[in-house]
Amino acid sequence: MSNDTTISDIATAEHGTSLWKDAWIRLKKNRLALFGLAVLTLFIIVALLTPWIAPYGYETQDLDLGATPPSAAHWLGTDIFGRDLLTLIMYGGRISLAVGFVATTVALLIGVTYGAIAGYAGGKIDAAMMRLVDILYALPFMIFIVLLMVVFGRNLLLLFLAIGAVEWLTMARIMRSQVQSLRQQEFVEAAVSLGLGPATIIRRHIIPNALGPIIVYTTLTIPSVMLLEAFLSFLGLGVQPPQTSWGLLISYGAETMEEFPWLLIFPGLALSLTLFSLNFLGDGLRDALDVRSSKD
Amino acid sequence: MALLEVKNLQVSFHTRNGEVKAVDDVSFTVESGKITAIIGESGSGKSVACYSLLGLIPRPPGKVEGGQALFEGEDLLQMSERQLQQIRGRDIAMIFQDPMTCLNPYMTIGDQLIEPIVFHKRISKKEARQRAVELLEEVGLRDPGSTIDSYPHEFSGGMRQRVMIAMALINEPKLLIADEPTTALDVTIQAQILKLIAQLQTKRDIGVIFISHDLAVVADIADDIIVMKTGKVVEHNDRQGIFHNAQHPYTKKLLSAIPGGTKTINPELHQPLITVSNLNTWFDQGKHQEPVKAVNNVSLEIRKGEILGLVGESGSGKSTIGRSILRLVPITSGTVNFDGTDVTSLEGGDLKNMRRRMQMIFQDPYASLNPRMSVYDTLAEPLLLHGIETKASVEQGVLKLMDHVGLARNFVRKYPHEFSGGQRQRIAIGRALSTRPEFIVADEPVSALDVTIQAQILDLMLDLGKEYGLTMLFVSHDLAVVKHIADRIVVLYKGEIVEQGTGRDLFDNPQQEYTRQLLHSIPGQALLA
Amino acid sequence: MWRFIGIRLLQAVPVILAVITVTFFLVRMAPGGPFDSEKAVMPEVKAALEAQYRLDLPLPQQYLAYLGDLTKGDLGPSFKYPGRDVNELISAGLPVTAELGIYALLVALFLGGISGVVASLKPNTAQDYIPMSLAMIGICMPAFLFGPLLVLVFGIYLEWLPVAGWGDIPGDKILPSITLGTAYAAYIARLGRAGMLEVMSQDYIRTARAKGLPEWQVVTRHALRGGMIPVVAFLGPAFAGLLTGSFVVETIFQVPGLGRFFVQAAFNRDYTMILGSTVFLSTLIVLFNLLSDILAAWMNPRLRAQFGGR
Repeated sequence: MSNDTTISDIATAEHGTSLWKDAWIRLKKNRLALFGLAVLTLFIIVALLTPWIAPYGYETQDLDLGATPPSAAHWLGTDIFGRDLLTLIMYGGRISLAVGFVATTVALLIGVTYGAIAGYAGGKIDAAMMRLVDILYALPFMIFIVLLMVVFGRNLLLLFLAIGAVEWLTMARIMRSQVQSLRQQEFVEAAVSLGLGPATIIRRHIIPNALGPIIVYTTLTIPSVMLLEAFLSFLGLGVQPPQTSWGLLISYGAETMEEFPWLLIFPGLALSLTLFSLNFLGDGLRDALDVRSSKD
Repeated sequence: MALLEVKNLQVSFHTRNGEVKAVDDVSFTVESGKITAIIGESGSGKSVACYSLLGLIPRPPGKVEGGQALFEGEDLLQMSERQLQQIRGRDIAMIFQDPMTCLNPYMTIGDQLIEPIVFHKRISKKEARQRAVELLEEVGLRDPGSTIDSYPHEFSGGMRQRVMIAMALINEPKLLIADEPTTALDVTIQAQILKLIAQLQTKRDIGVIFISHDLAVVADIADDIIVMKTGKVVEHNDRQGIFHNAQHPYTKKLLSAIPGGTKTINPELHQPLITVSNLNTWFDQGKHQEPVKAVNNVSLEIRKGEILGLVGESGSGKSTIGRSILRLVPITSGTVNFDGTDVTSLEGGDLKNMRRRMQMIFQDPYASLNPRMSVYDTLAEPLLLHGIETKASVEQGVLKLMDHVGLARNFVRKYPHEFSGGQRQRIAIGRALSTRPEFIVADEPVSALDVTIQAQILDLMLDLGKEYGLTMLFVSHDLAVVKHIADRIVVLYKGEIVEQGTGRDLFDNPQQEYTRQLLHSIPGQALLA
Repeated sequence: MWRFIGIRLLQAVPVILAVITVTFFLVRMAPGGPFDSEKAVMPEVKAALEAQYRLDLPLPQQYLAYLGDLTKGDLGPSFKYPGRDVNELISAGLPVTAELGIYALLVALFLGGISGVVASLKPNTAQDYIPMSLAMIGICMPAFLFGPLLVLVFGIYLEWLPVAGWGDIPGDKILPSITLGTAYAAYIARLGRAGMLEVMSQDYIRTARAKGLPEWQVVTRHALRGGMIPVVAFLGPAFAGLLTGSFVVETIFQVPGLGRFFVQAAFNRDYTMILGSTVFLSTLIVLFNLLSDILAAWMNPRLRAQFGGR
């Protein structure tokens, strides 16, 4: 071979399998995770398109009709005001999913940045930053969120922020331990000795390797956030009418389940199915990315 | 009758990628009163063969496909799990490679020691404890009467291995299987443990299977040697036969991979490239504790074009010296002068420039390559960073580097996890050479590799060193390797220099007690002479 | 060990203080005074009421006075139930909630511990998949859904068990305990399985097998202790979860415990009651976190030795 060949000239050049590709191949073999991904994608698409595809208007009531079991006109039945349950679940899903994704994004942004700074700075800065996290960890946040909702009224934005503010702690811990262990890896030392600057090292050598655990944990945070929202809404401390969410629908359903069990079962099914999908996907990603983590 | 007679043993692993024959038609015998060594590199099936005899391989995926293993005339492979339990720990006992992980951290060593004897012989705990104390004394533990109630983490690696040996011997087994029992230990400790095993074996007149990757280690103690390669026995002979009359080419290759000889030095090398003066690198342990003095007041000189060997056991600070010179760890005080420039005070662009001139090759090629970067990305990064190649020419630069370190060009798009250890180390060497450095720190560059690969990589480093006119600091725990490759040798102990000189000086006429002890510990003395 | 406990206790003090402070000022920041809504209260009555609740004092003084009361163990009077104080309500609710919590924890430890260990012994077989699938259902079926469903099936359709109450009819404690315990059983099962799998792959397990110990002894003597440490460490957070979970379960099953009081207080905007119970519950949670930390550390001889003494 002559000296000025380029890679494209090497006919036999084998295409390597990057770890991402490898993970995707493994994920594709995990049927439960794929099922989770499919259900989730469907729910997200439905949530985005709800205003256009919902069978009835959100505020359409039919008081004469009242609560009816599932029928051809109302696939999942109607509630005591004669509202179409499928429509309610679709609109409720928008809120529940939005809370899940937005609050998790808040947690992700705060946690990853905070953890990365602490992990990379090390020493006293790190110790001080993680001390704060430890103290916050010890606080009983659920009670605080209830308190916040009581004091400041039931406000969706506040809910996003409050839940996000709780969940960032674990994210920060994971990111920090990732950065810290990666920093000590020999390939990062090699990068330093090559003369690369800190920004390049973080961008090219640390972030791509820390991404796996972060993705996994993010996937597993969404369901716990949705659960938190549903919990608050069930107690009447979360989403307020006229808005609705799955937690609120379950709460109403539980009140009337003796006569109208479908009002409990269908919203419950929607919530559980979403939580299932996210957890299966998260577990699948954990296996595929081979993330060793005792955090559950 | 032989104590153990293995006939046509076949073991395979059923993995996602199909069936792998780990042990393929293996036969051998072990005599009572003799030490039989099984030698092989990783993947040779040496451990699987022994573990499968006792039903200790994970099943699934492992499966014994056929063969016989007659222990005192009874076939171990036909026994039920219950019958095997009666044999394990009573008639056949085992010791393992890593004494740090093989003892239960949640139990005192006393509780762990008496377990086999209480279980198999049904004697009282008190009696068992008495027996355990005696044995601990015999294997050389100080004050066993009180240390018996300590937890494993309170012992050093060597002491833990002594505890493991005592535990294995507590039921006076007929056969002891030792799986790389000294690989995780320092050389001086290794010598002690080897001696202890040989002593205990002679005294009890039992059979021992000694599994190792290293022929030199068993050279002094083995009676018979079995050489295995990819699941098959390639040669089986007594010690004399293997060392002086090897038949199989693979055995010969293993023998030639044992580093021997002393490098003849080039007298013209005396102009210093690097001068380290009064270097201190201490690590803080928190407010209330003394700092760890990893490097303590070290001064040394590295001459242009030479290979300086830095030898020491774990905790000697040998790696830290290399990293201090390269500014990879913050130093406490002292200066490092590189060709007229004080490296310790450089910042910014000057430091970046200096980094180009000094590179490092790491011990573990599995950890020293970014798993998410292909060979191309890894090698192109430094080439572009230091403007050695332009965007247009970088592909050729990468391919040229691959040629130099002996990597096939068609692997250029592959990722580290798709390579073997030796190939990875070649990539790492290519990366170090990419900046066209004048000086390289090689930190145990071959210790993580199989013996035959070690020899290849050492040769590659020597050739490239000559070709590039490199100066090298070669850090190693292995005196034989250093003697083979280095012009001059510096011996370190607990962060301080004990002695330095040419290989010949040190080996023929060591001045310090510690150096003598180190030299004495090199396994396979008889062979090297 | 005592040093470790001492250090942890000292660390808990600022946390508890922070809880008290934040809660106090948050509650005081709430828009509107507690008696504003009462229609047409005579000004002098209002002033008397405010004096009784110390609302006439400047905020910092109110805070200090409140801290002073706390050191005496006095959590203050209730706004909504004049004549009753927070201590009284808590002492009425606490035994009920504690009983419910203990039953739920027993359910969780028993179901979760056993299925976690069983699953870990034969990974990737039916023995693993079945309990782990059940655990997944337990995690994805929140108590506020699971509880009503249980009531629907066992209370209303089958009529096997009472649908509500606590200690009134025999058997009425079963459903609340199961509802509250199930989610934690699921978490414990997953944690226990992961912990056991980790331990069972350790070298010292191979050592134990090489000694000839039968498998059940390998598991009970060598693996269980290390494998259960994550579960023990989880008990603290689990306790916090059980307390907040009791808000829901006590509401569903009309159990007269702390949780229901808390939720009612939240609805009634009974500020002193919220303040008092938040302080009380938070302190309890912080202390339980501490306890489970200490227990987990005590189980690890290495950590034990680090802090002196065996």
